[in-house]
This record gives sequence, C-alpha cells and structure tokens, in this order.
Amino acid sequence: MTEKRIIDVDYSQVDTERMRINMGPQHPSTHGVLRLEVEVDGEIVTDVVPHIGYLHRCFEKACEKMSYPQVIPFIDRMDYIASMNNELPYVVGMEKLMGINVPDRIQLIRMAFAELNRIANHQLAVATFGLDAGAFTPFLYLFRDREMILNLFEKASGGRLLYNYFWIGGLMHDVPPTFKQECLNIISTVRKTNEEVMNLLIGNSIFIERTINVGILPADVAVNFGVSGPVLRGSGLNYDLRRSEPYLLYDKFDFDVVVGKGEMGTLGDCWDRNIVRMREMEESCKIIEQIIANFPDESSDVRALVPRRVKPPKGEIYSKAENPKGELGFYIVSDGTVNPYRMRARATSFVNLSVLPEISKGYMIADLIMILGSLDIVLGEIDR
Amino acid sequence: MEQNFLYNWFGDGVITYALLVTIPLVFLLIYALVAILGELKIASWVQDRLGPMRTGWKGVLQPLAEVIKLLQKEDIVPDAANKPLFNLAPYVMFTGAFGAFAAMPFAFNFVPAHLNVGLFYIFAIGAFSVIGIVMGGWASNNKYSLLGAMRGVSQMVSYEIPIALAILAIAALAGSLDLQEIINQQGGGFWNWNIFGGYGSFWKILVIPFTLSLFVIHFVGGLAETNRIPFDIPEGESEIVAGYHTEYSGMKFAMFFFAEYANMFTVSAIIAICFLGGWQSPFGDFLNQPAMQAFWFISKACFLVFVQIWLRWTLPRLRVDQLMYVSWKVMTPLAFVCFVAIAVWSMLR
Repeated sequence: MTEKRIIDVDYSQVDTERMRINMGPQHPSTHGVLRLEVEVDGEIVTDVVPHIGYLHRCFEKACEKMSYPQVIPFIDRMDYIASMNNELPYVVGMEKLMGINVPDRIQLIRMAFAELNRIANHQLAVATFGLDAGAFTPFLYLFRDREMILNLFEKASGGRLLYNYFWIGGLMHDVPPTFKQECLNIISTVRKTNEEVMNLLIGNSIFIERTINVGILPADVAVNFGVSGPVLRGSGLNYDLRRSEPYLLYDKFDFDVVVGKGEMGTLGDCWDRNIVRMREMEESCKIIEQIIANFPDESSDVRALVPRRVKPPKGEIYSKAENPKGELGFYIVSDGTVNPYRMRARATSFVNLSVLPEISKGYMIADLIMILGSLDIVLGEIDR
Repeated sequence: MEQNFLYNWFGDGVITYALLVTIPLVFLLIYALVAILGELKIASWVQDRLGPMRTGWKGVLQPLAEVIKLLQKEDIVPDAANKPLFNLAPYVMFTGAFGAFAAMPFAFNFVPAHLNVGLFYIFAIGAFSVIGIVMGGWASNNKYSLLGAMRGVSQMVSYEIPIALAILAIAALAGSLDLQEIINQQGGGFWNWNIFGGYGSFWKILVIPFTLSLFVIHFVGGLAETNRIPFDIPEGESEIVAGYHTEYSGMKFAMFFFAEYANMFTVSAIIAICFLGGWQSPFGDFLNQPAMQAFWFISKACFLVFVQIWLRWTLPRLRVDQLMYVSWKVMTPLAFVCFVAIAVWSMLR
C-alpha cells in the first residue's frame, strides 16, 4: 500500500461535504446493468455499495420446472461471454450423477471448445479493461480476433453467443471438418495479436501507471472472500481447478497455472490480474495445440450416449469447473424425476464482485473503474 | 509591416471588417468538417477498419450528416439546471476558440487584427474555454458534470503554466510578442525555425535541445488544453460518462464539439507559429508567396492536429493525480530550465 493516498487537509476550515454518486445501471463502464452507489470525497472514493439484481431471471427457481436438458440453454445465458465453459460443470456433473462415461474424443472436443471460449473471454476482458483506461484501439484488435473463435462456434453449434452445444452424454453436433485447421489459425492469430496488444497496451507506461498499485487484493483477503479465477491467481495463489481437481482430461495435458508476481507494482494489483489473463490465453493456446495433436481423425456419433430421457437417480452432486472468470459450480439435487429438485449455481462473478468495496476504498473514481474492470464481471451471471 | 491585403482592396470600411470576421469563420467551419472526417478516417485507419463508407464517396459526407443530425436533435435543458448559464456555456466555449482567430496570421499580408501582443492575446483568450467548462459543468446540476468541470479547471489551469513558460521563452528568443514579428524572424528555411533555435549563428546548436524540449512541452500542454487523450480527463467517458457536457444535446453539444476541434487547431497553430515558422516556407524564399504562405501555415497546423488525433487512438488515459504530477513536477520545472537557458542565450548572442 505504498501509493495509497492519504488526504491531509484540514477540512474544518472549508465547507465541504461528501457526494453520493450513482454509477449505473446505465453507465459506460459498469460492464452491464450494475449499479454502484459511490460516496466520493472530491475524487477519492470513500465507500462503494454495489446494487445488483437488474438482470434477475429466477434461474434457480425456473430450473426446478424444467427438464434436465432444458436447463442447458438457461445456463448459457448466465455468463454469456463464456457459455461453453458454463455448460461444462453442469454437463459433467449430470454425467457423473447418471454414471455416463463419455468417450475421449468428445472430452477432447469439450476441452478444445472450453479453452477457445476461455481465450475469447480473456480477449474481451483485456479489451474492455483497456477501454476503461481509455485505450480504444486494442479493444477493436481483440474483437476482430474474437470473431474467428465465434465463427468456429457458429459452425459447430449454430450459435455465436449461446451455444447449447454440450449435451448430457455427448454433444449437439460433431465438429466441422475444418476444425483442426481453424483451431491452428486461431492460435496463430491470437498469439500475433497478443504480442501486439502487449506492446500497444500492457507495456504502455501510461497503462502501467494507471494499473499498478491500484486495487491491491492481498491473498488472505482474496481467500476470505472466496474469490477465484484470475482474480485469485493475480494475488499470487496457485489455485486452478484444472490442476487441483482435474476434470475431463486436463490432468493429461501440459500447461502452467499462471499466477501474478507483482512484477510492476504490488502483488495483487490490477496489472497483475490483467497480465494473468493475457498469459492464460497463451496457456490455453498450448492446451489446444496438444488437443489438435492428439485429436482422432475418424469421426464418431457424438450423440450415441445422449439419453433419450434424462432421469438421474435420487441423489445430489456439486460439480465445479474452472470458468474463465473463476470457479463455477452447480449443486444439483435430484429426486429421481425428470426435473431437478433443487438447482443452485455458485456464480463466479457474484463472489468476485463482493470483494470490490473492500479493495476500492481510498482510490480515485478513475481507479474504481479500473478495479471493476480488472474483476471482469458479467452481470448475467451475478443476477442469474 | 505589410498592410492587410483586404485594406488595399476594399479600404478601411465595413466590407473589410465583415470579411475579416467571415473568412476565419468560414475557414473554421470547413476545417471542422474536414477534421471530423479526418478523426473518423484516421481512427479507422489505426484500428484496422473502414470507418464511414456509405455517406457519399468513401463516406466523405459523414461530417455533414452528423451536423444535420445534431441540428435536428431535441435540445434538452434539465429542469434543475441553471438555465441562463447552461445556455450560455457552449457559446462561451466557442468564443474562446474562435476569438483566437482574430490574431491568427495566415500569411504575411493577412491577419485579421494585427496586435503587437498577439501571442499574449491568443494565450489569454484561449483561457475562455475554462470558463465555458466550469459554467457548463456547474449549471448542468449533474454530479458527473460537476466532477468533469472540476477536473477540467484544475487540468487546464495547471497546464497553462508550462505553456506560458514555453511562450515566454519564445518571446525572449524573438524579443517580441508580435506574431508577425516572431514569424518574420524565422524566415529563410526550416533551419531558422525556433524549434531549431531560431535565427542565429552556428553556436545556436547549443540552444536546440532546449527549444526542442519546449516544443514537446508546448505540444503536450496543448493536448491537455484541448482535453484530448491522454488528457481527456474532463470528459473521461469511461469514468464520468461525458464529463462537463453530459447533459448537453443537439446544437449545444455540437458547439462544445466544434469548440474542441477549433481549440485543436488554435493550439496547433500557436505551436506552428512559435516553433515551426508559422507561414514561412520551409525552403526559404522558394514557394513563399502569400497564397503559399497560407498553405504552409494551415498544413503545419493540420499536421499537428493529425498528430493529436493519432495519439488519441493510440494511448490510454492518465489519472487526475498523474496528470497533475506530469504538469507540476515534470513539465513546469523542465520548461523553467529551458526558459532560463533560452533567456541567457538571447542575452548573449
């Protein structure tokens, strides 16, 4: 906290008052319909109260009235930036509950798509983070490349944002014939653009000055609040569900868990959280490369194991996976009928947002926006 | 000093004065349209996209379409706003931007008003825009506007100091505040421009580092004066929505917008006059007829406007305290050192 500003003015001489500002729900940088009630002393933020619920769609209650496969499109709408990753824990959990063992090829496809979507999510996160800092150009560069990933998803699932692609026991369709080549194209483009963005934005001294020593999240606070994903790893904690509790085939693949090191400023500042996302893109590229190398050429029926009637036995399961934003978990209670008895989602963004008031006091309004951007929240997931 | 050519043609009458006001205004209107198009096209060039393509050939009519759109828009005045001040602010802002053109020397025989303190006048009238910002921001009765206005005032007042020191150094170098006099001394090729130490013997090489850094200081300060990225903190759209002009719509917003572009030109023009020889041709007497002088002057200013646009689409934004740091702890001391060095040089040469 070396840079934390201490206001040393004798206010008894001056007639001042603190001002309450409503940031949002319609504000350019609240990343959706988030409302922040901010108390400011001049430019210094003294208090932040996030108000959520503008996008509440009764996800959990609505699921109780739906059959199990019908839940998947609803899950897509939670974190609409990374829908593939959202489907993963639910589908994997349901398969575990019903005792279905999907073949390796389908697992590889799921991994490839999850990693591609992770890249797309991180591209968007870095892009909007830059936009919050006022850099408009890297935003468009990253969006241009994200388009390639979305095009591949469109070819596979028919959707560009909401896929309903992972089904319980299989996939909706097989991958397009050009899958391998397109993945390789995406990887090379992503690497090229990331290098460019590193030079243009991340390495820019104005950007560094804006992000270092801002919104410092110490590791113990991060753990106490239960944050996960790049926000947690930015604080230096090596915790990634793909490594610590592997699902799919992640344990057979070689990749590093990226953690923040406090290279530029203090450990756990906005720069660290952002650089974790940048480097995770490279790790995802590495995973996809290995998947492409091991990918079986012959196609198979991806719907072979999809049950006609999803009716899991009585029981309950908590299934979690490493979403691009952190740990996304579904707690599913089955009473042996076609509808879930209870469905509970542990939304990553919701937990990650809860740390905002803790880490943004004492900084400036401009910093508050940067801190919010570095948390990379999606309101669809927070409000559900 | 050469007479203004309009006096020779029309005498000292009403027509002359009307033309003296109209010519810069018409120029400014055309320039603003071109600059808006330039902004759109340069942005799209930087960002690897096409930009506007549908209004006219390659979208050249886009600025006109935008002006028409803004003219048609409803002019909303918030209920709780201070109406007289709210309505006045855009015009104050524009006055500041346009007033500078009164002393702007386009060529050796065309300057609307030949003042012997032209440099001082342009600098002083440029400060009008601060009043416009604080008026607009306060009268809107919006918290974001108020924050934007506060930021705007502190920023512009701080950055006027390094700019003033830079201008002072130029005044010391030229020994005059008369813009025409300053430009005249820079005649005879680009080597005599003030950015290269002005007119002088071989030993002026000693003073070039100082004039070069003053040029940079003046340009960076100019960016801050016009509220452009990386100093667009009063508007900072990702933080305080649109800053001091959050509540403005329609034509009043257009006036703010127009004033911003006019300010960009004014700042660039002052830099061109002070450092790049104003209307002097870079090749001495070659191509130095009055019409060509206007061309050189506008080209130099427009090049600097281009650099401003280019920077805007490349750099992120600074924070308020960092902005103050740059102004007070970096630029002001540096400008002061340069000023002292140049003052000593102009005493000794």
